[in-house]
This record gives sequence, C-alpha cells and structure tokens, in this order.
Amino acid sequence: MTLLLVIGLVALVVLFVSHPLRKGVARRAQRAGEARIADLRTAKEDKYREIRDAEMDQRTGKLSQSDWRVLDRQLRAEAVDILHELDELEGPQPG
Amino acid sequence: MAIVGRACLLIALGLCVYGAGASIRGARTGDEAWIASGRRALFAVAGVVAIAFVILEVAFLHSDFHYTVVATHSSTTTPWYYRMAAMWSSQEGSLLLWMFLLTAWSSVAMLVIGRRMRDVVPYATAVLLGFGAFFASLLIFTAQPFARVALAPTEGTGLNPLLRHPSMMIHPVMLYSGYTLFAVPFAFAIGALIVRRVDSEWIRATRFYTLGAWLALSIGVLLGARWSYAELGWGGYWAWDPVENASLLPWLTGTAFLHSAMVQEKRGMLKVWNASLVLATGILCIIGTFLVRSGILDSIHAFVQEGNAIAWSFTSLICVLIVVSVYLVVSRRGDALRSEATLDSALSREAIFLANNVVLVAIAFVVFWGTFFPLISEAVTGTKSAVGPPWFDQYIVPLALVLVLLTGIGPVVAWRRSTFARLWLQMRGPVVVAVLVTVLALALTDAAHNLKAVALFAIASFAISIAVQELWRGTRARQAMTGSGPARAFVTLIARNRRRYGGYVVHIGIAVMFVGVAASTAFQHKQIVRLRPSQSATVGGYRFTYLKPTARIEQRAGELERISLGSKIRVTKDGKLVTVLSPNRGYYPVNAPFVGVLTRYFEGDSTSEIGLKAGAVRDLWIAQRPDIASLTPIIKQGDALFARAAKAGLPRATQAVLLGQALRGLVRRYETHAPPAQFTILVSPMVFWLWIGALILVAGGLTAAWPSGGGGVRDRVRSSTSARVARDLGRAPATS
Repeated sequence: MTLLLVIGLVALVVLFVSHPLRKGVARRAQRAGEARIADLRTAKEDKYREIRDAEMDQRTGKLSQSDWRVLDRQLRAEAVDILHELDELEGPQPG
Repeated sequence: MAIVGRACLLIALGLCVYGAGASIRGARTGDEAWIASGRRALFAVAGVVAIAFVILEVAFLHSDFHYTVVATHSSTTTPWYYRMAAMWSSQEGSLLLWMFLLTAWSSVAMLVIGRRMRDVVPYATAVLLGFGAFFASLLIFTAQPFARVALAPTEGTGLNPLLRHPSMMIHPVMLYSGYTLFAVPFAFAIGALIVRRVDSEWIRATRFYTLGAWLALSIGVLLGARWSYAELGWGGYWAWDPVENASLLPWLTGTAFLHSAMVQEKRGMLKVWNASLVLATGILCIIGTFLVRSGILDSIHAFVQEGNAIAWSFTSLICVLIVVSVYLVVSRRGDALRSEATLDSALSREAIFLANNVVLVAIAFVVFWGTFFPLISEAVTGTKSAVGPPWFDQYIVPLALVLVLLTGIGPVVAWRRSTFARLWLQMRGPVVVAVLVTVLALALTDAAHNLKAVALFAIASFAISIAVQELWRGTRARQAMTGSGPARAFVTLIARNRRRYGGYVVHIGIAVMFVGVAASTAFQHKQIVRLRPSQSATVGGYRFTYLKPTARIEQRAGELERISLGSKIRVTKDGKLVTVLSPNRGYYPVNAPFVGVLTRYFEGDSTSEIGLKAGAVRDLWIAQRPDIASLTPIIKQGDALFARAAKAGLPRATQAVLLGQALRGLVRRYETHAPPAQFTILVSPMVFWLWIGALILVAGGLTAAWPSGGGGVRDRVRSSTSARVARDLGRAPATS
C-alpha cells in the first residue's frame, strides 16, 4: 500500500513537472514582449508614485515650488517614455 | 508513513536537481518549455515537502515514539500545542521547517512574479532550488527526521521545558520565514547579476518579499527577546548572545538594503552596494541558521546536542555563496552595476540613506566581530575567549545614537537636494520637543548621571516628533488636495503610499523601543538576595517580602508533568501594597532508569516562572531559585526505600500509589519547612515601552509590506502621452 502511494506520488510529480515539455510549449517571441510589458507596467506605477510623492513633498514643505516644478517635469517626461515603449509593445490603442 | 516521508524527501532532492538544471538550460537556450518545467519542479518540491512536514507533525501530535525525533523531543505529558512546536526544537524538524518555508515562500514568489523578469526568473529558480537541494541532502543523509526505532519507548524524553513558552511556538517559524523570504531577493540578485540586468527591476519585483522577510525577522527577534525576558530567569531581553546576534545580523543588513534600495529605485544609484547588501543578507541568513543548528558557539539559546555533522556542510555552502557572490559583483562592477546618477548634494535624502547604511553596516560589523570573536581568538591564540555585553555596548550605543538621529532627519530631507534653511523649517518643532524632553529628564529624574541615556531620550523624541509631524503634515496636505475630513485624509495618505508612511510608523516604533532599552538598562535596579519566609529586601525603593512558600504537583494526561516550588512575594512602596508576585521554579522529571525513583523528579530540567508586574512606568520582576538541598536527605531515603520495595517484588500499582504519597509528602514538607530561597529582583523602568515600540514597529511593518491591490491606472486614453500621464494621475503637470 505504502509502495503504491509512493509510486503514485512519483507518477503525479513526473506528469506535473514534464507537462510543459510534453505539450511542447513553443518559443514564442511575444513571450519576451509580454515580460517587458509586465515590467513596464510596474515601472509606470512606480513612476506615477514618484510624481505623487514629489507633489506631497512640495505640499509638506520639503521641496520648494521651483525645485518641484523641475522635478515634476523630469518625472513626467520619464513616465511618457515608459508609456511610449508600452504602446509600442502593446500595439495600436483601441478607439 | 515514515517511508512516505522519506520518499518525499528523496523526490524533493531529485526535483531540486532536475529543476535547477531545467531552469538553467531554459535560460541558456531560451526554451520556454524547460523554464516552465523548472518552475513546476519548484512548485512540486513545495508540495512533497509539505507532505513530509505534515507527516512529521502528525507523528508529533499522536506521540508516535517509533520516530526517533518524536521520542527524543516530545512526550505524552507535553501539551498538544507544544507537541506541534516540538518538531522545530529538534535538529531534523528544524531543518525540515526551513525547507518547507523556503519552498513554500519561493513558490508564492514565483507565482506572484509571474511573467515579470522572464530573463532573471530561471536563474533565480535555479538558486532557490539549489538551496532546496542542500537542505534536502541534509535531511536525507545527515539529520533524518523519519529515522525510526524498532522498539518504541512508552514515553518520550519530552520537550525542553525552556521551550514551553507561547512565543517559542511562533519565534522559530518567524525567524525561518525571515531567512527563507530573504532567499527570494538573494536569488533574484544572483539572477540579475548573471544576465547583467541590474536595473531596479529585480528590486521592485522582490520588494514585497524583502519587506516580508524584514517584518518576519523583526517579529522573530522580538519574540525571542520577550521569551528571554519571561522564561530564562536572568531578567534581561538581550544578552548579545551568539544566537540572538545571528538573527540580528541579517536584520541589520536587510534594514540597510530596504533604505538603499529606494535610492536605486529613485535615482539608479548604489547598484553595487545594493547587490552586495542583499547577497550579504542572504549569506548571513544561512550563517544564522548554521550558528543555531551547529552549536559551534556557546549560547543560552542553543538546543543542539551534536551539530558537527552539519557544520562542514554549512561551512561549504557559505564558502560557495561567498565566492559566487564576490565573483558576480566584481565581474559586473564595471558595466552593469554602474550608477545612472551621482549624488547631487550631501544634504539630500539619498545622502542621508547612505549615511544610515554606513551606520547599519558598521553595527552589523561590530555584532559580527563580537559574535565570532570566540572562533577568531581560538584560531589565533588557541584559546576560546568571548566578549560580553560591555564590549558590545561601547560600540553599539554611540552608533545607535547616530542611527536614531538619521532616522529622524531622513524623512524631512528632499530627494536630490535640500537646503539648511528648508531643513530647519522642517526640524525646528521636533528640535524644541527634544530640548524640552532633555530638560524634563534632567529636572524631574536622576537621569543626569547617565548622559548617554539622556542623549538617546532627546534623539528618540526628536525622531518620533519628526515622524508624527510627517504624518500630520501629510494628512493636512491631503485634506487640502481632496477636501476630505482628517480621518479619511489620514487613511488615504497611508493607503496611497504604504511603504513611506508605514516606514515612518516603523521609525516611531524603533525610537520608542530605544527609549525603553535606554531607560531599562541605564536606570535598572537589580539585586540577588537570599530570603527566608517573612524576610524582606528593598530594591529600587520597593520592599519585597517573602510571605510564604508554595508547592504543587502539576499533572497532565494522568501523568506528573512537573513539581513547582515557589513563593508569594508581597511588594510595597512607602508602606502601601503594590502587588503580590508568585514566582516559582518547575522541576520536570528526567526519563532515566538509573536515577533514583524520587531523585528523577528533581534531577531533570527546571525552568523559572517569573513573577512580573508590568507597568508603563516600571516593571517589577522577580525570579526564584529554591534551595532544594534541604530536601535531598529525604529524597535519598525515599530512593533507597523504593529500590528495596522494587527488589522485594512489591506490585507496580502499589509502588505507584506509594510514589504519589511520597511526592505529596515532599511538597507538603517544602511548604511547612521552607528553606531559604535565592531571588533575583529587578526594578526596571519603562521596559513596557520596549514591547509597545515593538508592536508599533510590527504595525508599521505590516502597513509597509501589505501588498497593494495592483490598482494603479490601467486605462488608456487617446490623447497625447503627456496628457495621458496627467489623466492617469488626475492632475496637470506643474506650471512654471
């Protein structure tokens, strides 16, 4: 009984682990694109957070108005770059 | 089921080796199928190790003494909840817990990271599976949790009584969760270095696990301190013990990394430093496990009988990790790890973070040197000598003062550049608070004789004021931006930037803890006295009177669990009753056939149950060590009588009845003819605030680590990209 249990477990593990090899998952180029898109989406969220942080720093007195303007413009330019790359990878925008 | 458990470990080892190979092959050839198969191997390892873990837990719960590890670390008289935790008091169970947590957390990380970091993930998977292979090998060849004995004993040795404390059920799990969670950023750092993609993506992808690891390690360290305070009977919560230090080291470097990682995320700087810090943290986690499990250094926390068998394995692993880490950092230093920006000003957030990192690493170095000094001294002089708390204090106290000061300054300095004028505007309120606290401490207390403590009170109050001010100003700013009420503005302020404001709450917790530590160590009154019933001692203005002895036999599951000898201590101040404390010492029977029948109830392990009256101003703490020498002649007489009765063939049932009567007689004798007892009495001011600070720290850590809903703005708009950014953010750019 114990032996059957162990054999069953081994069979299950082998089936589970070898599934991608048996299915022959293709080397798809767009996979790399998908990965980059996922990374860019995270980068976009982080850049937005930076922009909001800078604004909060200005409102709480840590940044002067002039320093904030420079920083805000720079951060928004970086966000635009990220969005451009995202759009290129994601294809044409709907609508 | 032992065979199934052993098979699970063998399958796990096979899967680790296969998975690591498949992942590397997939990474090198770009074949998605092999990468996916490697990931599945990691999930499968988590599954089979979980089965092995459950099998061993069930054996402990059912007191199945066929398992050697159960027979030697548990007993039927051990309560069920401690039987569950008894597993990780053993070498074998502890390593299995490590493996279980490693594979579980790694699987969670890989599932959540999903498609991100596709080039790094296979190498990270291989590293995590490499750790898995190491621990699986130990569990198969060296410390076998499923080893069985042919003839099971009727009773087990029992869990070490010192470990029968609620925090000990969670403390090891938290420490190991911290260690194993740190394996995730470690593995991603290795992967990122291999593929030369050392931008801040790997930091972002593993941020949650780094914060989680830091939080788990914090909780583990604090629970260990609480256990030390309540259970070890020496009255302290931190002794600079090697095992304590081992858990503190990765916490220190991990804390440094949490700060410097922000500099890389914001400015693309400190890449070499961050990679080095996270690699060092990962290696220190392995060193921490090694110190606890190998027993190479003497420790009040070490519960390992023989650890040499695993010492060489761990040493080899640590050497490999150091060599690989150094090679990768040095070989990538020139290109991939080059900074994208430079430090604009010495008065900037990144400069403060850098200074904070230097201090944290300096503290880590001091702790490392002091911890390993016995080994270093033995290697150099041939004599093992250790350094004690005064050695640590002379370096750590000034460094801690600077650290708390930086904790205060950091939040009010802007990124990139600030000015002294602007900084003063931010700091003047907190500086006034710090000055007020100093004046009050000097005027109202006897703090003048310990200026280091006064300095820490001042700096801690400065840091707390800054953090509170930041939360207050942030709330006001949000109110102005959204027009919402203060409560809603406060909640949304934290919700929108949990890492920043959770971090500020952590700063408050740390500063409060430092106040507790400074006050309780600098102004503590401690006395060790020997008292007879009705005698008194005065400590720190409190009068402790030994009212009467107490003694009782405690049973569990129909068996004697322990004999508890204690006392009632009345505490008064200026003639007024403050409290009555009940310290005692519990004697657990030893399961040894050659020890006298009565002696075995006093020759086993014993633990101190302290008497404690905790309060916001001071803790009254007392531990008792009864003098049982006066009972020894009676115990020896009893041993001889029972030996003769056994020889004469007295039925076992009759012997058991007589034994019960004899023990009850001994207990009564102690109550009626109590010998003098030794008491350790402590009056410690503000220890309470150490634990309150710890709770604040955990609350802040949870806030910072709590995963965001991934909400963000996903909508696409048709307008120009910069307008889209404005639309996503809900605000127009700053106008000049």
